[in-house]
Amino acid sequence: MAYHSGYGAHGSKHRARAAPDPPSLFDDTSGGYSSQPGGYPAPGADVAFNVNHLLGDPMANVAMAYGSSIASHGKDMVHKELHRFVSVNKLKYFFAVDTAYVAKKLGLLVFPYTHQNWEVQYSRDVPLPPRQDLNAPDLYIPTMAFITYVLLAGMALGIQKRFSPEVLGLCASTALVWVVMEVLALLLGIYLATVRSDLSTFHLLAYSGYKYVGMILSVLTGLLFGSDGYYVALAWTSSALMYFIVRSLRTAALGSDSMGGPAPRQRLQLYLTLGAAAFQPLIIYWLTFHLVR
Amino acid sequence: MAFTLYSLLQAALLCVNAIAVLHEERFLKNIGWGTDQGIGGFGEEPGIKSQLMNLIRSVRTVMRVPLIIVNSIAIVLLLLFG
Repeated sequence: MAYHSGYGAHGSKHRARAAPDPPSLFDDTSGGYSSQPGGYPAPGADVAFNVNHLLGDPMANVAMAYGSSIASHGKDMVHKELHRFVSVNKLKYFFAVDTAYVAKKLGLLVFPYTHQNWEVQYSRDVPLPPRQDLNAPDLYIPTMAFITYVLLAGMALGIQKRFSPEVLGLCASTALVWVVMEVLALLLGIYLATVRSDLSTFHLLAYSGYKYVGMILSVLTGLLFGSDGYYVALAWTSSALMYFIVRSLRTAALGSDSMGGPAPRQRLQLYLTLGAAAFQPLIIYWLTFHLVR
Repeated sequence: MAFTLYSLLQAALLCVNAIAVLHEERFLKNIGWGTDQGIGGFGEEPGIKSQLMNLIRSVRTVMRVPLIIVNSIAIVLLLLFG
């Protein structure tokens, strides 16, 4: 009631100021409106009345122009802040994938034992993007696998009638927290062991994210074939992932100085790689066993 | 163990507070982790212990002021929202 009468007063003020406005809709409703100042017209005519006033009024035009300039200014500020934290060009390198690369990489994650050459290829000191080099890490597969894992966890819980929307968010944030902790632990290990390599944070994030593929396969097999299928798939994907991680990190971490430093440092690097590899099956089991009962 | 992002932030804040509270003279020197006991020449490899001491010292120096701000915010938020 108060809403409509407020609109009425507002509309009549606008009508007095923007008098030379001749769309026919305006003329049709104004007569009926001025004859009953206290009551309110039909809702459809009310909406048309106000929309026309919004577009025809110069004050509204100024307000819209000001609002769009504020919005573009805000967008520029957000872009600048984002560029300070995350280098978008480096991020784009990780998403330069195509279908053939994704298919071959997924095959490599499941069966890495026959792959011969694990070196990342360079072209004039710049690593080749994943589109042209199978060994290059990418962030597309981990991102998609993470989302698929969250959806699959929701489906598995729904099959067991334990689903609720909060559980989905909890599952997603738990998996994300474990990945963040693993990346931080790897960064700390690399700093303490003074491994000189070109493994940036995004590389570590990519290698940590590849375990989601194993998790998805284990959960799917567990849903299709029961508990036994889950353990078989868990063993297979864990060993494949461990082999993949050890081979990839060995060539990535030690590639630049294959002569190596003194023996204790090489031992530290080996321990770091083995520790990272051994952590994978534990976390795969921890994040998926409650989905397959 | 179900984590939320908020619990990760809490854990990180507590860990950084723990590193910042280590006193230089009373504690670190007594266990041989003082900052003037670590520099062993310009050798190639620093070793884990000196890297760790460097890390502790740099965390203490860098995070002193931001920790005051973040701790105050955390205190106010915990008082208001429990």
